[in-house]
Amino acid sequence: MTIARFWRETPRRYNLGGSRCSVCTTVYFPPRTVCPTCTAHRQSLGKMEPFQLSGEGEVVTFSIVHEPAEGFEMQVPYALAIVKAVEGPLLTGQVVNVVPEEVKIGLKVHATFRKLREEGAAGVIHYGYKFAPKEEAGTGPRAGREAEPAPTPALSPDPSRARA
Amino acid sequence: MQNMNAGIVSYGVYVPRYRITPAEIGQVWGVDGAAMGQGLNIERKSVPAPDEDTITISTEALRVALLRAKIDPQEIGALYVGSESHPYAVKPTATIVAHAVGATPHLTAADYEFACKAGTAAIQTCLGLVRSEMIRYGVAIGTDTSQGAPGDALEYSASAGGGALVIGRENVIATVNHTVSYTTDTPDFWRREGQRYPSHGGRFTGEPAYFRHVSECAKSMFQAAGTTTKDYTHVVFHQPNGKFPRRIGTQLGFTDDQMKYGMVTPRIGNTYSAAALIGLANVLDHAKPGERILVVGYGSGAGSDAFDLTVTDALAGYNRSIGLPVQFFLDGGVELSYSVYAKFRGKIDMGEA
Repeated sequence: MTIARFWRETPRRYNLGGSRCSVCTTVYFPPRTVCPTCTAHRQSLGKMEPFQLSGEGEVVTFSIVHEPAEGFEMQVPYALAIVKAVEGPLLTGQVVNVVPEEVKIGLKVHATFRKLREEGAAGVIHYGYKFAPKEEAGTGPRAGREAEPAPTPALSPDPSRARA
Repeated sequence: MQNMNAGIVSYGVYVPRYRITPAEIGQVWGVDGAAMGQGLNIERKSVPAPDEDTITISTEALRVALLRAKIDPQEIGALYVGSESHPYAVKPTATIVAHAVGATPHLTAADYEFACKAGTAAIQTCLGLVRSEMIRYGVAIGTDTSQGAPGDALEYSASAGGGALVIGRENVIATVNHTVSYTTDTPDFWRREGQRYPSHGGRFTGEPAYFRHVSECAKSMFQAAGTTTKDYTHVVFHQPNGKFPRRIGTQLGFTDDQMKYGMVTPRIGNTYSAAALIGLANVLDHAKPGERILVVGYGSGAGSDAFDLTVTDALAGYNRSIGLPVQFFLDGGVELSYSVYAKFRGKIDMGEA
């Protein structure tokens, strides 16, 4: 991956920066510039707002990887999961701080900040989100905020309408 | 006139999940590791996962600190990361951490290096900026993923962890009453550019280095603050092992009770730049308003920074339950064999493929 391409993606990789349609409140990750599910989708033009996911979610499905991608040899076997964020979108990420046998569908996780890969010993190091079981160490960009009052109903995301 | 109400507004800690015992390390090198651990007063040390480094650990610790005090990251005016294990030789750790917590772009940021006291040096810089009202919040982080050469005495203690402090003037949970330093040119421990593992002067790291600097710095604090050991409920020393801080504490006249919360190295090893900060965090996890705390850091090369703190009533409104308490990291963890530890720490030659 080129330096510029990864650098452009740091807001979403570091901080789970997605977007939300201010017309129908659907949350998207990665961010979208138009809302494809909004019935009044033409009205969503220019009305998509930045939205940061909390990093809280649960495992929808997962694989245990024994044949690693390049750069992941030290971590085999590891779990790669699709996580449904509490705000709705589905995210793909590695689950760390856990032995693979303990990863289950429905496992509550939160985002954690980890090294994703490095371009050789002399190259750039890429960082971003992975997931960890909720009771274990690690925090998402906004972990702990679930105890705060929910946002105003008009703006609160409707998980049933969310798309990855 | 300085704004003397400045101090710690929030704090957070992160220690990686994995642990290894001195006995496990010793059996590889034909040494009685258990006895070695007893001598150093280290039961186990933390080990970072292959995808953890000073940047990820600092970020985790700071995210907790920001959440606990509900601090808007955009209000951070300065962010300094002290470490001797920055992932890049050139390219700041601080910029990545600042971006990962949402503090960029309107802040100043830099990396600090002063062996084990780079984190306390960062606190002093933040105090200056906050007291002079140049910034609203300053962030001081001490983090390391230290390595000892295989088989070296350091391998039994060098571990990984991070502590982050937010320094400010509003809702201060622990006021910094005084800070003093004691600095000399003492070559007790070093790592030359390009070298993978540090070197040290063996027994020379004791009397002329750690003990002299910590003791002189503590005494100069007693003079500056007009205090004695009896004025402090808690004391925290830099802790390269579990033996040195206990000895210096006893020499200075502190009791085990004053030292108990500040001692974390026996359970997680020497986290270098983070050691004094994690000890302080554990004290703050247990502290009550009105209690006074003495912190004396130490960094080889050599220098000590001391802080005289008073816990304030604002602690009552501070949410210590967000994130994990230091005790979680002292109790928890998953033990590794030496072979997996060697793999995680890059001690296995994988060739050029």
